Amino acid sequence: MRLFADLYDRIDQTTSTNAKVQAIADYIAAAPPDDAAWAVFFLTGRRMRRLVPSADLSAVLADLSSLPGWIISECYSAVGDFAETIALVLGATGVLAPTPDDTPLHVWVEDRVESLRGLDPIDRRRLLTTWLTQCDARQTFLLVKLLTGELRVGVSSTLVTRALAQSAGIDADLVAHRLMGEWRPSAEFLARVLSPQTTEEDVARPYPFYLATPIDPTPEHLSDDAHVASILGDAADYLVEWKWDGIRAQLIRRGRTTAIWSRGEELLTDRFPEVIEAAARLPAGTVLDGEILAYKAGHPLAFGKLQKRIGRQNITARALAEAPVVFMAYDVLEHAGVDVRPQPLVERRRLLSTLVGGLNSSRLLISPLVEGTSWPQFARQRRASRERRVEGLMLKRLDSPYGVGRERGAWWKWKIDPYSIDAVLVYAQPGHGRRASLLTDYTFAVRDGDQLVPIAKAYSGLTLDEINKLDGWIRQNTLERFGPVRVVKPEHVFELHFEAMAPSTRHRSGIAFRFPRIARWRSDKLPADADTLADVRRLMASTGHTLEPTMFDDLDDQPAPSRDVPADPSGLNPRPGSTPRTDDDPPQATS
Amino acid sequence: MPEALLQPDPAGIYCRAGSFHIDPWLAVHTAVLTHAHADHARLGSGVYYCAAPSEPLLRIRLGPGAVLKPIPYGEQFTLGDTRVSFHPAGHILGSAQVRVEAGPTGASEIWVASGDYKRDPDPTCAPFEVVPCDVFITEATFALPIYRWDPPQATASQMLDWWDQCAAQDKACVVFGYSLGKIQRVIAELLRAERARGREPRPMYLHGAAAALTEAYRSLGVELPPTQLMPDKTRRGIFGGSMTFAPPAAAGSLWMRRFGSDDKYQTAFASGWMTVRGVRRRGGYDRGFTLSDHADWPSLLQTIHQTRASRVLVTHGNIDSFVRYLRETGINAEPLRTAYGAEED
Repeated sequence: MRLFADLYDRIDQTTSTNAKVQAIADYIAAAPPDDAAWAVFFLTGRRMRRLVPSADLSAVLADLSSLPGWIISECYSAVGDFAETIALVLGATGVLAPTPDDTPLHVWVEDRVESLRGLDPIDRRRLLTTWLTQCDARQTFLLVKLLTGELRVGVSSTLVTRALAQSAGIDADLVAHRLMGEWRPSAEFLARVLSPQTTEEDVARPYPFYLATPIDPTPEHLSDDAHVASILGDAADYLVEWKWDGIRAQLIRRGRTTAIWSRGEELLTDRFPEVIEAAARLPAGTVLDGEILAYKAGHPLAFGKLQKRIGRQNITARALAEAPVVFMAYDVLEHAGVDVRPQPLVERRRLLSTLVGGLNSSRLLISPLVEGTSWPQFARQRRASRERRVEGLMLKRLDSPYGVGRERGAWWKWKIDPYSIDAVLVYAQPGHGRRASLLTDYTFAVRDGDQLVPIAKAYSGLTLDEINKLDGWIRQNTLERFGPVRVVKPEHVFELHFEAMAPSTRHRSGIAFRFPRIARWRSDKLPADADTLADVRRLMASTGHTLEPTMFDDLDDQPAPSRDVPADPSGLNPRPGSTPRTDDDPPQATS
Repeated sequence: MPEALLQPDPAGIYCRAGSFHIDPWLAVHTAVLTHAHADHARLGSGVYYCAAPSEPLLRIRLGPGAVLKPIPYGEQFTLGDTRVSFHPAGHILGSAQVRVEAGPTGASEIWVASGDYKRDPDPTCAPFEVVPCDVFITEATFALPIYRWDPPQATASQMLDWWDQCAAQDKACVVFGYSLGKIQRVIAELLRAERARGREPRPMYLHGAAAALTEAYRSLGVELPPTQLMPDKTRRGIFGGSMTFAPPAAAGSLWMRRFGSDDKYQTAFASGWMTVRGVRRRGGYDRGFTLSDHADWPSLLQTIHQTRASRVLVTHGNIDSFVRYLRETGINAEPLRTAYGAEED
């Protein structure tokens, strides 16, 4: 694993994308192909199933280090990463090997890590103990990441694709295509990815998704339409659609098989039998891009309904009736087995009408065009987005080919303004990863009589300067501590933005928010100026979402708290659950 | 219960029997200083007793008017009813543990206030001396079992590798570190690492904030590589292949513009805090080198053990959990609240 650790360090030590691509290309040239295949697997963000519970690792760590659990918890709070904590603690207590062994990556994964499958806890812990004492700090870190399925490397799939394309001297698009979907890393697989010959298999996979660029919020001195006109030019060059709040997916019909791939490259075929059934009538050699939506009586249902469907192992008749699903198609990527992505959008749309329009299906719909000829007209329609339960508008150049990734310029998303409330900072705890040891996970409350009721957690939205300033203030103004969580003096008011809200039985306030984030620090306001719970309830009523409670129960689009974190006294961390990516990534941290 | 020999009061750690304060943060009549860092050596006191090698540094810090009483390491002097002496703490040049003894010889009580200290070798200062005592006041800046320093020469060697890589691309290296102690130690370690590779040191530039202090080190006989003061006005982007040392405050300031666009240089931070990857990345430096002037976890435990103190007072940093850990391992430990900064390393 030494070469892989070197690669990890090289990537970790630079912010230059070219340097990262070079590091990956160098690694692929130097490493045995079996190792390189696994490296590509991990670098592209794929994960192995988790084979080791954190409890096992914690037990082995406590045993090897002879340290009490509470101080290990404190170490975790300071480090913010479980694998790194283990590496550092074992290093500091002198457990790690001075000269690590150099077992190749694929042997680690295939022969060792996978051998844990089905072992009882005692044998599992015995093996872990042996391995951890054979590794140095870097290897321990990577090993634990592999064991917990949490290895993330600071490269995007695009960079890995570039590096592979550069190594093989082939087109990056072809490599991206070959890396889509599910595959088992092996020397043979890597050889296929790098092969200059194209094969049948190359088209038996989804295409890379093309992503839209967000339109920045309208500056104060401009109208919405003038703002968009200044960025995009003439409205006549664009095709306008609703921006759906569902799961972006490709519907693939090839030969006699049908598949649904999410943008997170998850195969969702078995989750949506009604869509698969309807798609069987598509001609072979068809790939559609669109959105999976829970949809009833001509309207989308809230995202939470859809999310419940995904979470379900068996799809019952009741689930099908409660949250029926449609595929809202908006693009054609392949027609009659031919890649039509280079054709202009207006042509692909024409194909879409022929392919899907003719089916008259209630499960396979065409995303309608938004009527209008000018930006003021579209701006007006956009303001009605909430009533339609869409997130705003998609603006796509009529002449645009279907691109790869987030290529700027041809596709834009023009989202509606978020909801906003003013809330008081009440709890803080250290962040994770690069924010470890800095208090960046905040809990906010609104007023309810004399009480402050915690209402949302937010991680992002402040500048690094503000984070540092707030961190210092929190340390000086901590009233009480529960493990890593600090109760702070209620003094600072923040404007929070969020996309949607709904009643919830699992949140103490009775309300769940979608994508809550900090819009700005309202140093001009006092806690007495913050919104009240009644204000928030009124806002919820005004959204017209008269939803039954538990609707959004799985819906906080927040990084799920790690299982290694002590319980959260705010009661705001929902159960961890996996959700396929929607078209929007959660708002990114600003630092 | 008799009054403790040393105890915190509003101005610092006070010794009533000797009528002095150790590292006072307010102005007092008699101050006994452990070292010249700004959070330990503050202006305004009447007289400052200090270890002899720290005098030139304190002179720079406290100005020409300050009354300094330098005392050689190990030499006992009397203050009130106490006998006081300085012993090397290994933290920076001139840093000292303050040993305070009171009561009749043979039946006396001995306290040691260690100030900041470390046990790793440091070519710029005298090594830490274990001083047996009844009560030991220890710092706790890095008192968590995640902090263990690599040998300084290994870190220096990594820095040279980085310098070589940058030089090969004609990039400048800018290393941030505390301007008293850290920068001098880093350049001294680099000198040794270059010699270990059979090379002479390359040109190094110093930010103005570190220049006078570095000269003071040289005046006390510490061997340092040749350095040049970074001129106030320079052409931009002419520093390819060089290494420059500056205090952390210079990061992101206008001063950095001299290095040209950000593909013309790389930055690094040298500190114990760089142990944690998240901290390293959050700081926005290209590289983080773990080099600390404080004791790491194993050194803290080793030192407490070696002093054979029956009581340990913990100050400065991760106090609460270190006290708890020591108590759980059977050591009589208590917190001692002070106002020293813990972040600077």
